[in-house]
Parts: sequence; structure tokens; C-alpha cells
Amino acid sequence: MPFILPTLPDAWRRAALAQLEAGEVIHAWFAPDLDAHLRYVEGLVLLTDRRLLSAEATVDGPGADGSTWREWPVDAVGNLRAIERNGLGTLELLGGAGRECFWRYTAARANAAHEFVRRFDALRRGMPFKTAEEHEDGVAPAPEPSPAVSTRTLLRLSRFARPRARLIALGFVLTLATTAAGLIPPYLTVPLVDNVLTPYQSEVKAIKSQEGASAQLKQQQLAKLKETEGPRFARIVALCLGGIAAAAVASWLFGWAQGVVMARVSERVAADLRNATYAHLLKLSLEFFGGKRTGDLISRISSDTDRICNFLSDNLVDFITDALMIVGTAAILVWFDPVLAAATLLPFPLVAWLVYYVRGQLQHGFQRGGRAWAAMTNVLADTIPGIRVVKAFAQEQREVDRFHAANDRVLEANDRVNTVWAFFWPLVLLLNQAGLLMVWAFGAWRVYDFRIEAGVLVAFLLYISRFYTRLESMSRMFSMTQRAAASSQRIFEILDRVPSVPEPTQPIQPNPVRGKIELTGVGFRYGNRPIIENLNLSIEPGEMIGLVGPSGAGKSTLVNLVCRFYDVTEGAVSVDGVDVRRFPVAEYRRHIGVVLQDPFLFYGTIAENIAYGRPEATREEIVAAARAARAHEFIMRLPDGYDSIVGERGQTLSGGERQRISIARAILIDPRILILDEATSSVDTETEREIQEALDNLIRGRTTIAIAHRLSTLRQADRLIVLDRGKIVEVGHHQELVHSSGVYARLHRAQLAMAHDMAE
Amino acid sequence: MEKTLGAIELSHDPYGRLVLVDGGGRRHVGVETIRAFPLSEPHRWISICNAEGVEVLWIEDLNSAPAAARELIVEDLARREFMPVIDKVIHVSGQSDPSQWEVQTDRGTTRFLLKGDDDVRRIGPRGAMLIDSSGMRYLVPDLRRLDAASRRTLERYL
Repeated sequence: MPFILPTLPDAWRRAALAQLEAGEVIHAWFAPDLDAHLRYVEGLVLLTDRRLLSAEATVDGPGADGSTWREWPVDAVGNLRAIERNGLGTLELLGGAGRECFWRYTAARANAAHEFVRRFDALRRGMPFKTAEEHEDGVAPAPEPSPAVSTRTLLRLSRFARPRARLIALGFVLTLATTAAGLIPPYLTVPLVDNVLTPYQSEVKAIKSQEGASAQLKQQQLAKLKETEGPRFARIVALCLGGIAAAAVASWLFGWAQGVVMARVSERVAADLRNATYAHLLKLSLEFFGGKRTGDLISRISSDTDRICNFLSDNLVDFITDALMIVGTAAILVWFDPVLAAATLLPFPLVAWLVYYVRGQLQHGFQRGGRAWAAMTNVLADTIPGIRVVKAFAQEQREVDRFHAANDRVLEANDRVNTVWAFFWPLVLLLNQAGLLMVWAFGAWRVYDFRIEAGVLVAFLLYISRFYTRLESMSRMFSMTQRAAASSQRIFEILDRVPSVPEPTQPIQPNPVRGKIELTGVGFRYGNRPIIENLNLSIEPGEMIGLVGPSGAGKSTLVNLVCRFYDVTEGAVSVDGVDVRRFPVAEYRRHIGVVLQDPFLFYGTIAENIAYGRPEATREEIVAAARAARAHEFIMRLPDGYDSIVGERGQTLSGGERQRISIARAILIDPRILILDEATSSVDTETEREIQEALDNLIRGRTTIAIAHRLSTLRQADRLIVLDRGKIVEVGHHQELVHSSGVYARLHRAQLAMAHDMAE
Repeated sequence: MEKTLGAIELSHDPYGRLVLVDGGGRRHVGVETIRAFPLSEPHRWISICNAEGVEVLWIEDLNSAPAAARELIVEDLARREFMPVIDKVIHVSGQSDPSQWEVQTDRGTTRFLLKGDDDVRRIGPRGAMLIDSSGMRYLVPDLRRLDAASRRTLERYL
């Protein structure tokens, strides 16, 4: 089944196709990215049905005319192999008389190189090669890592906002209402000043400045003015002040309602975000957790969501309010008097830029301070858990000095920030004053020019004084937005991650499982480091296999593949003849019991811990499992029996006791397949014997894969598999292997010698 | 370990020790009664251990035991398990840990020192247990049955 690869690199496509003979079909290509002198040069190695072709980029770039092509007929190629060392890879073409050619590449292309070699081998064997996408039906392809997220991630939060759209709309309407109500009071001062206060004042002045009139007459006239103008005066003043008061009360009520609504919305959005992130996090494979620090993951779910919540409820609303206020104010000012408005608003962009710039300076300072603070806490986080070492080596003074130095850096960074900060607020006040001055100056001129009346000027002054203080809070918004964007990016990093142990597209229910495990041509590489290569193993139902080998031989990886904590890179793991990738992950794992070296107990009662894999188990079943695991008696000696709290903050149990609880846990789910990963290595020999009894109850009748350093714990194994550097090197019974003078015999002798030394 | 209850005999010897004669006629002097689920299901799943702590009898349901034996078991359990039930929190000193508590229990008023909120645990959906600095335990079976002030005080620690 020959086919043309659809994705030949664009640059090479034309040049490569030109090299082909009639009817020649491309099977595979590989693009090495280094030349023989280890400089970055794009090359191309092409595999067709009859030849291996290769070219390197010239000075004109890859695929340019004039590249020299080399070629080897497929039949003349002895072997093709890819090897990596320290991130540098070599693809070698071996002919009958040695190495004919080689290509260098960086670690990033290692997988592609191996894929190329596999395709070559498949072609040689005359078999069609199956890519991941073409794999047997129902097995999902391994996903590519997701690309980096852009800074516009905040918009992606809308996915979580959508279910709350109604509440958000209500909040927005309330924000609008609050802002509008806030704009009313200065507006009402215009009629107050222009229609009442000023005319009245001018009449008073006119009366007072009459020439030749006696003081008594003036008094009389003033009294008459009061009488005639009084009702109108009182009415308009009452109306305006009433309006201002009403607007203030309305603004308060709307603001209150808006605060409640927005806080509700943001809390709910943040809670949804937390739930979604956590649920997704737990779906990710162990590979992901292996590469992340616990604290980092915890802070993503707790503090990052909280920061987003605060951003949505406070900063965003403030920003919208401010923006509305500024636009609304500007509109009113223009409507009052366009010329004065223009003069007032002209310096606004300049001032905005200035505030933004100073803010930016501050931001850098805060970041530096934050880093210094983190460095200081790191010293603490370093020293306190390691306090025994510090004291044992009498290094207290050095640690104190180290902390002192880190603390000094905090001081220095904060001093710098405080200087800028101290400068900042008075600056905002100064700008505010400057703005007012501007309005006064232009306003006075406009009044002088008969363009406006005093009332409008008063309104302008009232509006503009709110203007500049808004700027400060708006500029704060920029940094808050950035922080919230960073937080949401960290969250979406988890949400975008596709589980590397994907669910099958056409699942098969694994019921009932007999427990026959087959590994055929299994390979696994971690990054570009091969851990297991071409491993074949068949385990009968009920058989117990002991895995033996030096550290790093791939024992744990092998059981992780059987558990489907990872997926194989090559080959397949099948149970009862079905590829494990075709089972639903959770369904499949239900049939596997795992007992680890350091069992983990969750915070909760012992009964809950034993029933962790089957929460619906009855108390009879729990006690029966505990008895079978030899745990019943020590549990009964605890103050609350099976109701004793264990785990963090709980009752402290010894390693052997915890191990027996985890064995009871495995017994309770009654799995067909059992994995014992160094189940007895963290306990002393005496306890090991007790655990061994418990394990014997567990192993009976189940397909078991046991890893152990102490060879004595594997005495019951039906077969011992000795692994070394990802390959099976020996298989057999204890007796056979001891006499075979292989790896096992060596390990056995070493352990005997050690036991002997200790006995002496 | 014995599962049948019909044939057992339970009595006190002159020293006040509990003596169990099991179905096989063996005499166990100084046996102790232990509840497997003292908090979640105190009236079932009771273990009787000999002086060495090895279980000699497992009782799934106390009601299936002969009346005389049942009485002795219940009495022995009550004697072993001293866990006052808090009826009312009278006073808690200070906001910071450790705090001095004065409580009214079903066994009278007492005072104790609580090291911190780690020593106040939820039991079931509404219950709580307090462990004082000397390891004594106090039970609150249902927070809702406390008066409002006591409940507020306890909820600060939960």
C-alpha cells in the first residue's frame, strides 16, 4: 500500500519531486537540521520505493536549485539506524563496507528520525507501515502537545461566562445605571446657578449699587425682592437639591445591587473554572504530574482562579464604570460647550500617557519586589524542611546570613518602589489641579466672551475634578489585566492539555477479565530517551511474574504501561487478546490492583481508606479485607478502630501498617491483575514477613507482576524476568537463574554477600 | 477467632476481670471489648481480645448475644470509652492557639486546653470531635442541637 506523504516540507517539495523518476513513490522523509559540522542547516532525506535520496540546504536556503543530491538504491543499504546522545542525534546509513553516510539532528527531531527508520525497516520487510493515525480501528492517536497560548486568554474566559449571561447582563445594566446616576448631580447645578443664584445675585447687586438711593430704600427694595422672588427661588433650589439627593441615593442603591450581582457572577465563574480545571487535571496522565511541582498545580487551581475572580468582580467593573464615566462626562461637556470641552479634554491623552508610563515604572518595581520576596521565602522553604541537616552540620549562622542577604534585596527593591510610589500620588493630585486650572482659565475666558454662563463653568469644574482621579484607577487596570491574563493562561495551560492516555474512539468493555497479559514489540521512550525497546512477554492468567533488574532497567515503566499510566510508543500491550488502548481507561483500571512502595493514605477514616476503590463496600467486606491483609488486629488497637482518622493530620501509622491497609484496599476491589511495585522494600525484615503473609492472600489466583529489590520476596514467583536497559535478558525460575551466572546470579550473590556482611 | 455466640460464657472473676469461656471451652482471663466502628456504628462489630491483644471473639451484632453477656459487654465498653458529650460551650479564651475551653458535658463541667483547629474534626455530616492537649476526646454528636453561641464558637474551628 504505497502512498505519498502529504506533508513534505514546503521548501523541499518542488526540488524533491523533481528528483523522482517516473512511477517512483515517496515512502518517508526526514529533515535533519544540522550539517556534519553541527551548524544549523536544513536537509532532507527521502525514502522512496526504490532509493534513498539526500540533499542539504545551500546558501540559497533549503530546496533551492543547485543542491547536490546523493542517492543509494534501497537494496544497497545495509542498515539504517538512529542514535541519540546528549540531545544530539545521528542517522546512520550502513553499507556493506561500513558507514556510508550520516546525518545529524537535534533532539527535537529524534522521534521523526526513529519514525523514518521504522518506515525504512517496514519497507525492507515489504510490509505497509502503519502510522499512529492509521492504527487499528478504535485506537485514538497519541496527541501532539498543544501550542503556546496567546495573551488574549482572558477572552477565553467567556466560555465560562456564557452560562451566567443573564446575571452578567443584569450587572452591566446596573453598572450603566450607577454611572448615569453619578453623572446627574453636577448637571443639576447648572439651573441652580444660572436660573436662580446668579440672576438673584445680580438683582441684589443692582439694588445695592443704586446711586442716590438711601440705605432705607435699598433695604425696602431687597425685602420686596425676597418676597417676589422667594417662592420661585425656593422651588427651583428644592427641585435641584432634591434631584441631586435622589441621584446620590439612586447611585448608592444601584452600586450596591451591582456589587452584589457582579460578586455573585465572578464567584460562580471562578468556581466553575476551579471545578473544570480540577476535573481536567485528574484526567491527565501521570506523565504530566511527573513534570510539575505539586505547589505549582495547587496554586493554579486556588490562587490563579481567585485572582481571576477578583479581576472580574472588582477591576473589570471598575474599569467599565470608569470608561463609561469618562465617555459620559465628555459627551455632556461637549453638549454644554464644545470649545471649552475641547480645551478641557485636550491634555487628557497626554496625562493618560504620563500616568500609564509612571504606572509601568511602578509595575517593574513591584515585579522586582515580588521576585525578591519569592527568593526570600525560598530560603525559608529550603532551610526549614532541611533543618536537621543544617543543625547536624552546624550551619545555622550561614543560613541566617543567607536569609539576611535575601531580606536585604527585598528592602532594596521595596525602597525603590516606594520612592516612585511616593511620587505617584502627589503627581495625580497635581495633574488634577492643573486640569482644574485649565478649566478655570478657559471657562473665565468663555464667560468673558459671553459664550457661557457661570453655571456651566461650575458644572465643568465638578465634572473635571472626577476625571483625573479616574485615570489613576484606569491605569491600575492595565497591570491587573496583565496579571489576570497570566493567571488565566496558567489555567488554560492545564485545560488545553490533552490527556496523553486518550480514551478510545470505539471502546470495548473489559468484562470479564481473565488476566492474560501480552506485550508484543513494546517500546517506550520518555522524551527522546528510550526506556524500553522491543519487549515481548506473555503472562498467563493467574501467573505470578517477578521483575528483577538494576535501577533504571525499566521495571516500573513496564508496570506503568500495563496499568496504562503511560501508553506505549511502539508495539502493543494487550489483555485477553485486546489492545488495552481499546478499553475505557477507568473501566480497565478497575480490574487492576496496585500496591506501591510507599502507600498513600488519604485524610479520612481507615474504613474509608480501605474502601477507596469501592466506596459502596459493606462493613463486613471491609473487615474481611482487613483480616486478609493482616491489618485487622492493629486497626482494633487504634483508639477509634476502623473509624480512626489517618492521612495528613491523622493518626500516624508505621510503614508496614500503611502497607497492609493498601493491601486490604487491593483485596477489596478483587482485581484480576495485580501489580506489586516494591511493596515490601520500605519496611524491615520482620514487618516484611507479616506483609508477605498478607500479600500471599492477595496474590492467590490473580495475574501478578511483582517488582522487588529483595530477591527473597519473589520466592513464590512462577517466573522471574530479568530486565536490563529496557530489555529482557533472562527468564526462568530462581534455581535456574542462580546457576546460569547471568545478571540475576550476580544480583543474588551481591545480596547474599550483603546479608552475610550484616550478619557478621 | 470465634464467630458463634451461642456457646460463649462471659463473667467477672473476683478481681473484676472479664473472663470469657469460648465455644471450645477455653478460658480467657482479662479479655477486653473493642468497638470496630465506635463512631459510625457503635452498636455492631465488636471484638473481644485476650490480654495479649489477640482477637478471640468477633461479634457482628450485639443483639445476637445472650442477654447476660450483652449486658457485661455494654458495661465494659462504657467503662473503657470515656468520651464526654459536649452540651454547651461556656467559654473559650482568646482568639489565638492554644485556647482554653470551658464546656458543659453530659458528665459535668470541665476545662481543657485545645492546641489548635487541627484538633477539632468533623464526624459525619453534622457531628464534631475535639481532642484536647492530653489526648482526651469530647464528642458533639450534632452541631444543630447546640445553642447558637456554642455552635458559632465551634464553627470557627471547623
